[in-house]
Amino acid sequence: MDMNGGQALVKALECEGTEVVFGLPGGAILPVYDPIIESPVRHILVRHEQGAGHMAEGYAHATGRPGVVMITSGPGATNVVTALCDAYMDSVPLVCITGQVPYAAIGTDAFQECDTTGITMAVTKHNFLVTEAQDIPRIIHEAFHIATTGRPGPVLVDIPKDIVDPRNPRSAMTWYEPTDDIMELPGYRPATAGDPELVRAAAELICAAERPVIYAGGGILKARAAAELQTLAELIDVPVVTTLMARGCFPDSHELCLGMPGMHGNYTAVTAMQGSDLLIALGARFDDRVTGRLDGFAPDAKVVHVDIDAAELGKVRTPDVAVRGDCKLVIAELVEALRACGGAAAQPDRAAWRSQISGWQERYPLVYEQSEPGELLKPQYVLEVLRDSTPDDTIVTSGVGQHQMWASQYWRFDHPYTWINSGGLGTMGFSVPAAIGAKVGMPDRMVWAVDGDGCFQMTAQELVTASMERIPIKVALFNNAYLGMVRQWQEMFYEERYSEVYLSYEIPDYVKWAEAMGCVALRVESPEEVAPAIAKANEIDDRPVVLEFRSSAGENVYPMVPAGQSNSDIVVDPSQR
Amino acid sequence: MTAAATATGPSAPDRRFHTIVTTVENKPGVLARVASLFARRGFNIESLAVAPTADERFSRITFTVDVASSSLEQVVKQLDKLINVVEISELSPAESVERELMLVTVAVDAAGGRRHGLLELIDDFRAYVLDENQSQMMLSLAARPARLDEFEERLRAFGIVQLQRTGRVALPSLGS
Repeated sequence: MDMNGGQALVKALECEGTEVVFGLPGGAILPVYDPIIESPVRHILVRHEQGAGHMAEGYAHATGRPGVVMITSGPGATNVVTALCDAYMDSVPLVCITGQVPYAAIGTDAFQECDTTGITMAVTKHNFLVTEAQDIPRIIHEAFHIATTGRPGPVLVDIPKDIVDPRNPRSAMTWYEPTDDIMELPGYRPATAGDPELVRAAAELICAAERPVIYAGGGILKARAAAELQTLAELIDVPVVTTLMARGCFPDSHELCLGMPGMHGNYTAVTAMQGSDLLIALGARFDDRVTGRLDGFAPDAKVVHVDIDAAELGKVRTPDVAVRGDCKLVIAELVEALRACGGAAAQPDRAAWRSQISGWQERYPLVYEQSEPGELLKPQYVLEVLRDSTPDDTIVTSGVGQHQMWASQYWRFDHPYTWINSGGLGTMGFSVPAAIGAKVGMPDRMVWAVDGDGCFQMTAQELVTASMERIPIKVALFNNAYLGMVRQWQEMFYEERYSEVYLSYEIPDYVKWAEAMGCVALRVESPEEVAPAIAKANEIDDRPVVLEFRSSAGENVYPMVPAGQSNSDIVVDPSQR
Repeated sequence: MTAAATATGPSAPDRRFHTIVTTVENKPGVLARVASLFARRGFNIESLAVAPTADERFSRITFTVDVASSSLEQVVKQLDKLINVVEISELSPAESVERELMLVTVAVDAAGGRRHGLLELIDDFRAYVLDENQSQMMLSLAARPARLDEFEERLRAFGIVQLQRTGRVALPSLGS
């Protein structure tokens, strides 16, 4: 069937199962926006391309399906770079289509031209510059394949205008079905199952360990291996820490769950890793925010490291057994191997380890002091009320900073894919657009964006998108008038010399701003107003809601492992010292 | 994709040098992807040679880098993640054959007093004379990189006007 490149691109996206595209048109991508009108694919018109990128990420996190972005050349492409890098760091499957100036104009500094593939080379899993209309179905199929297999990640496809513009003869092509056998990827071999010998060696280490801890990372969620993880943990009765990227992959209510490790992890999770004699790292990458000072990290622990990406094995910590493979398959193999060597009965008596852990849990729970009458709200309190007033499977997104840490600490994640945040890149402004994307993908679920005032000001304009598209997300905006995490570091490490961190409570007026963007908005200033405001927000299902929680400015996140120090030097809440 | 660049200086027979051979898809931008992985970590590529293989769909990139083995292992793993990189291996000097080509223009004094010495040197090294005039001679030599270093050193006495090396290429030894 003869068609033009623009039609082929839209049809190729349909063939990949795309149900929604987040985008914003412009000159170079214009011809593709014409066939979009007839396509069943839903297009969500964003207000800034970075928002499109984070929406696609939120959608991908929540659904497990690749997020699709479509934007124009030049500034459109440069605006999405942050979101691409974010997706790259957090292994989020995205396909980003960018318009490009006509092929003959590339390299001439044409209007809205930039070297998109050059700029995005370091922040994508792969990118393509398409030069012929005939290649479009194949390259789109390859892009989706690369984005979603192996270690997932963002893939960008740059498309010169002439090959999609029906008025240009270079756009003529003959349609063909994009199937796996037309792919030309001789260098791409994503890992699958693990080497049985290595899995057996891992099982042997587990059977010999007296103080093991399962260190579960975001790879568990990417591999959709939550059930396998639970089977493994219960079989060997070993406690599990879930990293910031893995919250929800193992239920917080489970007796084996120790919660989040790392710089602002809870005392027990951090200390159990420090004292363990075997870390079973599954889809985790020994991030500096988890390990603290590396030479002081888990000094007595042997390491079993399972990852789909060979470049993660031995990158930070030399493993005793390294298994390259998909977590879902490798954990299943590991469970089999453990059963073969005696299952639960073959595990050593770890009563002493268990009682040590429960001792830490009793002595060092997460704590905060409730505010006195007349004081501003404690964010921890608000988050507890929000947690207890929303359905169990509510999806929570977050920006980056104190509110993110408190949300991760105080929420109870009992289901996978209910926590969506920017872990690796730490992108302020992630929360609102990610929530929109998640809600688009999961329209029947309640979606709350937890956000800080600094973050909110970076991407709030996407609430206009949410209002116009009737995407009823809810925003819990913690206004503490500061860039709170930076303020905390200046208090603790720069002798309370506060430099450029004050934002103000009053400007902007968040309620007016949110209302101007088509949201329902409420300001909440005292503890007794919190639950009623949340109840009201939960009833609204036809437009976005913003609750501004006026929060105390001086609140710090504890526990904390100061940057550059060992996890053994963890600083607990002042009341626990 | 055909490109060649020279070493920034004569390559010393230092053990820290590693020769990496990659088979890559013969497509635009692949060299940039490979090179940028090294640039990101601040590793200098000492020598680089790129040309299509017998199968024109693929090119071979041979490069020499000066890095510690532990860092190299990480870069090699990351190179392997590049979609366009099909195969990658490190060649140790003991188990491979390495060659490099040098073109060099040397000053020859008009009276010809030193020409004789130069011709002897050319003969010793089995170099070729590609071009000459009254005052200069252009030579070529294809040999082991260390041999090129030696030739270059010996030519200095005559006065090197211009010098270009291709960067080394290598293949595994055939064994017995």
